[in-house]
Amino acid sequence: MEQRALMSKKEFSLKRFFLQWEWMLVLIFLLVNAINVSLSPYYFNYDSLRDATMTFLDKAFIVLPMVLIMILGEIDISVASTVALSAVIMADLHAKGVPMEAAVVICLLVGTLCGFLNGWLLVRFKELSSVIVTLATMIIYRGIAYMILEDQAAGQFPEWFSFLGWGYVFGIPFILIAFAVCAIAFGLLLHMTTFGRRIYAIGNNPVASRFSGVQVDRIKIIVFTLAGLMAAVTALFLTSRMGSTRPNVAMGYELDVIAMVVLGGISTAGGKGRMIGAVIAVFLIGFLRYGLGLINVPAQVLLVIIGLMLIAAVMVPNLKRKRSAAANVRKEDAGIKEAI
Amino acid sequence: MTEKALKPSTTSANIARFREAGLLGVIIALSIAVQIRNPSFLTVENISDLMTNTAILSILAVGMMLVIVTRGIDLSIGATLALSGMISAQTVGAYPDLHPLLVILLGTLIGVVCGAVLGFLVAKGGVLPIIASLGMMNAYRGLTFMVSGGKWVSAHQMPPSFKEIATGSIWGVNTLIAIAILIYLCFFYFLNHTRTGRQIYAVGSNPESAAISGINNERILWLVYTIMGALSGLCGVLWVSKFASAQGDTAMGYELSVIAACVLGGVSIAGGSGKISGLLLGAILLGILNNALPLINVSPFWQMAIQGAIILLAVLINAVVKRGVERNNLARRKI
Repeated sequence: MEQRALMSKKEFSLKRFFLQWEWMLVLIFLLVNAINVSLSPYYFNYDSLRDATMTFLDKAFIVLPMVLIMILGEIDISVASTVALSAVIMADLHAKGVPMEAAVVICLLVGTLCGFLNGWLLVRFKELSSVIVTLATMIIYRGIAYMILEDQAAGQFPEWFSFLGWGYVFGIPFILIAFAVCAIAFGLLLHMTTFGRRIYAIGNNPVASRFSGVQVDRIKIIVFTLAGLMAAVTALFLTSRMGSTRPNVAMGYELDVIAMVVLGGISTAGGKGRMIGAVIAVFLIGFLRYGLGLINVPAQVLLVIIGLMLIAAVMVPNLKRKRSAAANVRKEDAGIKEAI
Repeated sequence: MTEKALKPSTTSANIARFREAGLLGVIIALSIAVQIRNPSFLTVENISDLMTNTAILSILAVGMMLVIVTRGIDLSIGATLALSGMISAQTVGAYPDLHPLLVILLGTLIGVVCGAVLGFLVAKGGVLPIIASLGMMNAYRGLTFMVSGGKWVSAHQMPPSFKEIATGSIWGVNTLIAIAILIYLCFFYFLNHTRTGRQIYAVGSNPESAAISGINNERILWLVYTIMGALSGLCGVLWVSKFASAQGDTAMGYELSVIAACVLGGVSIAGGSGKISGLLLGAILLGILNNALPLINVSPFWQMAIQGAIILLAVLINAVVKRGVERNNLARRKI
């Protein structure tokens, strides 16, 4: 997609425009909704659909920076632990008498710090992959959360705090508005700024970008720090909706988030994908879950479905690429034979 | 070039050379420190307890080392273990007269299937190992819950012959330890003295040149994940037999301990290097830590963070040591 934007001479083709992955997603999204409507008479109802968004949008905040991370060609599996750690610290501080406003600020700071630490480790020790660094910090962050709260839960938040997860503004859930604002901000950052262009450049070729004057290290640290910050935002909304928190909160969120990003058409090899795809994928998986929940599909079956969807979303483009690569080789061979 | 210049000169290169000795030193120092705090640590009873507890971890670590050597990672082993354990426990509950060896075979076969599916995705589908195994982890975990219907298989549903797999002994050695020793011997031979074993290292250290020299990379990758699956399946049976209960969330998060053992044992995450001897020491060190922390009154809630810190530290030390080795190689070639 990005290459197409660069080659502005190429004429605009309607067919190619509609053959994009994002339209595919819209189609699947409509299909999922159609199936849901036909399966359950309670599905198509404005109020319940609107309220369903409140249940799955909390983790969607992490999807946004995860798109940036995966376009960089990296991955961050520590985000769920960051959510747990910042939520636990906030709840614990509040329980010890710190005013809620200050606790919220500290929650955001803790998340930011966690993200920064990931980025710093990656940049400082370049021989380490992001998989192993974030795997280690994933255990550490969750472990610190257990050290603080052990097996207790902490709650009893003031009235205004529950507004984050449960409140409405003009009849629209506050979390939906907040997500829309963040999604637009991240979309603009990725597609309209030089910062975003540089992220694509690093994802396509980190060495070449460094030689062309892109500050690869700085951008990596900023992107990972953003992921930490958004994980803390998720912690706020999640804690507000649940009313209390435990060290094992948000377990397995990293899978959901990565599934949404990959399904949104962001290549795991880096350098490809768009924000809008991931946003559509958030709603696709969210409504799929909600619909299947309505017809009493157990949570464990959902686990299987989402795991398989994640793999299918990665495999389909890979197979297509393999086939087109093979076709190219054949074409070249034919060309060489002709030349001889 | 004089003979002296050929010798490694930087300290980190020396560490790399004597990594196993260093690990052994850490193990001894740790044991003495714990023994001073709690004299019941170095008793025959506790040590045999420690060894049986570490056996399953060390078996899984062998498979994980193969996967990491090929630059991959497998997060699905905990789920594979649970699935194989659950199905074999249910089978043994339904047919109590089944010979234990047949149950072990059944569990291993389930593991082989799980591993082969993952290996197919990684080798033929070109899916990143972390994403493929994350997806399959959830699929297998969900399958385990579906197979069990959310119920446990508890001790009284299992015949004594099945529970004896873990409690029995061969020539005075606990069966679990005996199986672990057997597997270590087999894999020591396989990795160091067979063609396929060497090919695994070749694929890990440089996939392109391995492919050019005629190694079928896809086949090796597939094989490695299948071996990992087989070992997790085997461990599923051993685990259920040892703890005499099979649950949907058996061994949840255990893959992290296994990866920690590998990293402690000096298996490089970048692929291509890792030795069976180092791995064994890494697994034992982790086993001692898990055993000793409760003995010296460390809260169980601290264990996770301590384990994470150890993984991070080991990975960072590996990275620094590798840097030193590379610098030393350059110095040797006078660049």
